[in-house]
Amino acid sequence: MLGLCLSAMALGIFITMKIFSIPDITTDGSYTLGAVLTAVLLTAHWPAWAIIPVVMLAGAFAGSLTGLIHTKLKIDALLSGILVMTGLYSINLTILGRSNVPLLNVQTIFSYLRPFVNDIYNEALTGLIFIAVLSGILGYLLKTDFGIAMRAVGNSASMTRALGVNNDIMKITGLAMANALTALSGYLVAQYQNFTDINMGISIVITGLGSVLIGDAIIKWWRIRSIVMQLLVVLVGSIVFQLVLAFTLSVGIDPNLLKLVTSVMVLLIVSIPRLRAIKA
Amino acid sequence: MITLQNIQKVFNKGEVNEVCALNDVSLTIQRGEYLVLVGSNGSGKTTLLNVISGAENVTSGKVLFENNDVTKLPEYKRSQWIARVFQNPLSGTAPDLSILDNFRLAALRTESKKPVIGVKAAFKKLVQDRISTLGMGLENKVEQAMGTLSGGQRQALTLLMSVMDHTDILLLDEPTAALDPRSAKIILETADALIKQYKLTAVLITHNLRDAHQYGSRIIQMAEGKVLKDMDAPAKNELQLQDMFAWFS
Repeated sequence: MLGLCLSAMALGIFITMKIFSIPDITTDGSYTLGAVLTAVLLTAHWPAWAIIPVVMLAGAFAGSLTGLIHTKLKIDALLSGILVMTGLYSINLTILGRSNVPLLNVQTIFSYLRPFVNDIYNEALTGLIFIAVLSGILGYLLKTDFGIAMRAVGNSASMTRALGVNNDIMKITGLAMANALTALSGYLVAQYQNFTDINMGISIVITGLGSVLIGDAIIKWWRIRSIVMQLLVVLVGSIVFQLVLAFTLSVGIDPNLLKLVTSVMVLLIVSIPRLRAIKA
Repeated sequence: MITLQNIQKVFNKGEVNEVCALNDVSLTIQRGEYLVLVGSNGSGKTTLLNVISGAENVTSGKVLFENNDVTKLPEYKRSQWIARVFQNPLSGTAPDLSILDNFRLAALRTESKKPVIGVKAAFKKLVQDRISTLGMGLENKVEQAMGTLSGGQRQALTLLMSVMDHTDILLLDEPTAALDPRSAKIILETADALIKQYKLTAVLITHNLRDAHQYGSRIIQMAEGKVLKDMDAPAKNELQLQDMFAWFS
């Protein structure tokens, strides 16, 4: 279920990986930003659906900031992300007012649709609808002329420049889209776990990256060409990643070591193909 | 078509490693002219091409296309007039995208890339027809990723991509430098045919003097950032290959 909520972010990271070939660190900040805005607005009795555009716009703004710093000031993409992420921490803390806000006795997005008796299924249904709509829109967009241009920017910048694509604008747009998706993940997770914590975003980018890398491995394995299928595989990657984490916890690993486990797992996923190549 | 006025291009200005790549170059390339640029490494050929394409800004001087001052226009805006084939086959194509998607982008060189689906059956048919003219058997592989093709195949497709949308100018920066002789021949013959068919104004950089002798309607030898020799079509026709070899000795 958490995998479902986080898969919006995985889609976002998939976009930045396509455009920059490096993960966008802004993710840590914009994810929390989404959760923080959700907490504050829900407590102010905003209806849950009305918060969606606010959260996505805020995320998009954070993303474009990273994009502007990277393209206009020519600062390394990784550093631009870190700068914005660090700044966002203070902004998030200011908006939230304190470090932790519980979301009990409020109408969340998961309270609308409940055809099943068991709430787990209800939540999963809402999550699935979200992901279906998102991947539908994104899948369509990436297949359009605009989407082709966007995918080409990270692939061959010299080509896109020569073919009349403004690479800077493309990168800024891509980062805005990615971070809007990430903020949406924060929105979903905050309501799913019924609280927002100022530290919930720390190293979340690694989780998203893990999902994308699992997805990427499958994409390479099965030689998946269709971009829509690639998106679906990334979604599967996100869920698989959470399942593996849940499994490691269930076999009795100390929850304090969760981040270590996550990081080792991503390292494994990245290194397995290389180790194999060395052997061969 | 292309006018360069007193172009000066200095790299690392004011530092110890200051290099004057172009030194007061003025040049007019007529519409339909096929200019071949030769010269030793560091003579300023590629910089000249980059100044035309907008990949490099000039230190001083002006670049005009048909009397329009384009000196300040960035590369991606000049692409409405210019198609390019790079020295590195990897630079002109996107390896992870399908051949079809690469062609789609090329077909939109002068237009904005809108969020509408453009790769449809009719477009696929058009691309297949164009590719079949190469006789490389690639027309049935258009869904394949560009990265799975060889350098020669990619370079040939880049050439075809350059005329997918209206273009006035074709810039060829050592397009055959990374290719075997047979692929190189196909590329230059295809380029020659396209330049004639679409009446393009073209600039070719090459280190191969045989190619420089065989193709083009004008030849320029550059040295130390200046135009050393400039021969128009009649003079170039008279030119013997061994004379050209003598230029470099």
